[in-house]
Amino acid sequence: MVKEIERAGIPVVHICTVTPISMTVGANRIVPAVAIPHPLGNPALSADEEKALRRKILTTALEAACTEVDGQTIFEVK
Amino acid sequence: MKLEVGYIQIRDIQFGETPMVKDGTLYVNAGELEALVLEDEYLAAVSFDIARPGESVRISPVKDVIEPRAKVEGSGDIFPGVISKVDTVGSGKTHVLRGAAVVTVGKIVGFQEGIIDMTGLGAQYTPFSKTVNLVANFTPKDGLSAHEYEAAARKAGLKIAYALGKLGVDMRPDDTKVYEFESLVEGLKKYPDLPRVGYVQMLQSQGLLHDTYVYGVDMKQSITTMLSPTEIMDGAIISGNCVSACDKNTTYHHQNNPVIEDLFSEHGKTLNFTAMIITNENVYLADKIRSSDWTAKLVDQLDLDGVIISQEGFGNPDTDLIMNCKKTEATGTKTVIITNEYAGRDGTSQSLADADPSADALVTGGNSNQVVTLPKLDKVIGTLEYTEKIAGGFAGNTDAQGSITVEIQAITGATNELGFNLLSAR
Amino acid sequence: MSTFKVVHYINQFYAGVGGEEHADYKPELRDGPVGPGAAFTAAFGDKAKIIKTIVCGDSYFNENPDEAKKTLIDMIRDCGADLFIAGPAFNAGRYGVACGTICAAVSEQLGIPVLTGMFEENPGAEMFKDKLHIIATGSSATGMRTAVPKMAALGLKLAAGESVGASIEEGYLPGGARVNFFEKERGSKRAVDMLLKKLAGAPFVTEYPMPDFDRVAPNPAVLDITKATVALVTSGGIVPKGNPDRIESSSASRYGEYDITGVNDLTAETYETAHGGYDPVYANQDADRVLPVDIMRAFEKEGKIGKLYNKFYTTVGNGTSTKSSKHFAKEFAKKLKDDNVQVVILTST
Repeated sequence: MVKEIERAGIPVVHICTVTPISMTVGANRIVPAVAIPHPLGNPALSADEEKALRRKILTTALEAACTEVDGQTIFEVK
Repeated sequence: MKLEVGYIQIRDIQFGETPMVKDGTLYVNAGELEALVLEDEYLAAVSFDIARPGESVRISPVKDVIEPRAKVEGSGDIFPGVISKVDTVGSGKTHVLRGAAVVTVGKIVGFQEGIIDMTGLGAQYTPFSKTVNLVANFTPKDGLSAHEYEAAARKAGLKIAYALGKLGVDMRPDDTKVYEFESLVEGLKKYPDLPRVGYVQMLQSQGLLHDTYVYGVDMKQSITTMLSPTEIMDGAIISGNCVSACDKNTTYHHQNNPVIEDLFSEHGKTLNFTAMIITNENVYLADKIRSSDWTAKLVDQLDLDGVIISQEGFGNPDTDLIMNCKKTEATGTKTVIITNEYAGRDGTSQSLADADPSADALVTGGNSNQVVTLPKLDKVIGTLEYTEKIAGGFAGNTDAQGSITVEIQAITGATNELGFNLLSAR
Repeated sequence: MSTFKVVHYINQFYAGVGGEEHADYKPELRDGPVGPGAAFTAAFGDKAKIIKTIVCGDSYFNENPDEAKKTLIDMIRDCGADLFIAGPAFNAGRYGVACGTICAAVSEQLGIPVLTGMFEENPGAEMFKDKLHIIATGSSATGMRTAVPKMAALGLKLAAGESVGASIEEGYLPGGARVNFFEKERGSKRAVDMLLKKLAGAPFVTEYPMPDFDRVAPNPAVLDITKATVALVTSGGIVPKGNPDRIESSSASRYGEYDITGVNDLTAETYETAHGGYDPVYANQDADRVLPVDIMRAFEKEGKIGKLYNKFYTTVGNGTSTKSSKHFAKEFAKKLKDDNVQVVILTST
């Protein structure tokens, strides 16, 4: 999917847990996620903490979209 | 063009006074053949030996293998422009001494001459372990250039095969096959509903020890052209090359081109074998571009539905192959290519030097880098002096027991790119 | 002849522990065969024996790969195995990745011959087929009957240190080392047959697939994200509650396109997941954990992005063939492009 969207001319940021798979399927901008059943959340946290976590991942994703890349790049969440 | 090929089955070769074929045995007079060979001022000596399937014999370094054939009816003669005068061959009647072969060996010219084992593991990889071979072992005169020696050895082998072939002229063949190659219009009228298929044969033409001659013309000086496949059965194409032994097309391979054979067996049934195109593999990029452009142009102008392209050699010819494939596919012609692989001894490297997504239908003759250990055999025809040096050999590859470790690259015909063999890889 | 000792790795599902709700199951060493181990035992006869079985949850393995690898290697080290077998994983993505990862680690760190099995489209296959022998299996557990004898046969060869034939002979996925073998027909005949198929538009199999060039060059970065339209896409199967389009939980044959105009937050009452490959509890409680509409709306309000595209696209990645997902994405990517979407955030589980 990620390659087809990129091919269509839209930069795509792939947020996923198993980043090696993302590398294999050919994503160019990759942001690591939390866990498979909850990539952008963590039920162990309070509602507010969870939202803050999600905001952090998505902020990284937006930064990735604004960053020029040469090839496949993983953007670690700070 | 219509050619009737009569096959005379040869089961053994013996030395004898009177050269003849009798009850499946080919009798040869070594003295007469020696005199024939020594007509050439460049060769100092020649000795003959016979190697039969199953014998504990190793032949090396092998330069060429040739099948004895003779013209019985029709214009021209075998090996036109080289041994006989230039005249169009490929029609009438031709006799073949099937099962026999002339193998030429002698002091090495380049690095790329091969090994034929008549028994054991090595025998599985070469088709010439199944033929009865008359081996001519040449000694060149001192001070010859490599070109002079190569040319002398090449011609001497053809002359021997030509002389032996003549012994079959008056024989009644055991088996006969008729190959009819119609003109474009005839073919179209006869088989209006069958897909029109061509064969593009790439001929090695990279210079010394890598040349191929067509009616005596050095193919590197030709642009892509056409002929009738039956002409090739009469020796229109001969080998002057020593690409790695495994993917060198010997003259025998040309005489018995399996792609031509297998296209003919489907001709008029599932396809219409319409065109035989030959092209070269030169060393300049401009030549590669021009030749592949011409291949595609011919394929396009002939309106072919499909083509098979066979390669010879490896490395930069992979680029010729891919250019040919890309350009014929771009004309809308369905293309299948035949090549082989150099995937490294462990098989994990990229197999070809060039690649393109259009090459989606590929037949492989196997990985030439596969390593085999060939056991010591009782008799050596030629010399094992060069087994370290020939392509596929390496320093220290002979052990104390006399077995030789080589890549199958060193075995004559092992990964042939005409699809001569069963060997493949996945 | 001695009997080879085998250690077998399986996930929580095949061990009978449970499904996705137990995917965080920690590694456990059990004696003898468990689950599919019985089929292997039958296939091995007296030539090999499963001495230990390791059970591990798929999520646990994939979320803690380093820790999982270390624990497992320690378990396996002391077993004295002649062969390590994992799976078969069929088209279960995380199970496949786990099987591949642990096989590679065992081979590298312990030097024991390893073998696994999976469907060719399992992401684990793409990741490990050039490093390991992976027997090609069907896409689901119904392929167990045909997979096990092939795995057992190749496993015995590996354990005995015998040479392995070509992929087409042994049944493993090609992609690693090229191996020579003798075909039934000569090359020229195979070429003519292949050409006839190609001419007829019938399927044919090339003997050497061209190296995969299918990499798409990255598009240029977005110049001004504060003015850009951003779209959300997910393979995590988020759908409006009740799954109105009945997207399959596995091997999806369709994708969903849903309007989120005016939606600021995905709640347990309004959205859920259709994905059958992971524990759905957390996504069903709050689908924003997979498809983060809530934060994207906040970003929109705060002016961090121009706007959130008013539709999202969703499919189920689980077991869905790469061909299908490619086809889906091609279709909706065109719509996104036509609607002038400048960035896509794609979330996967």
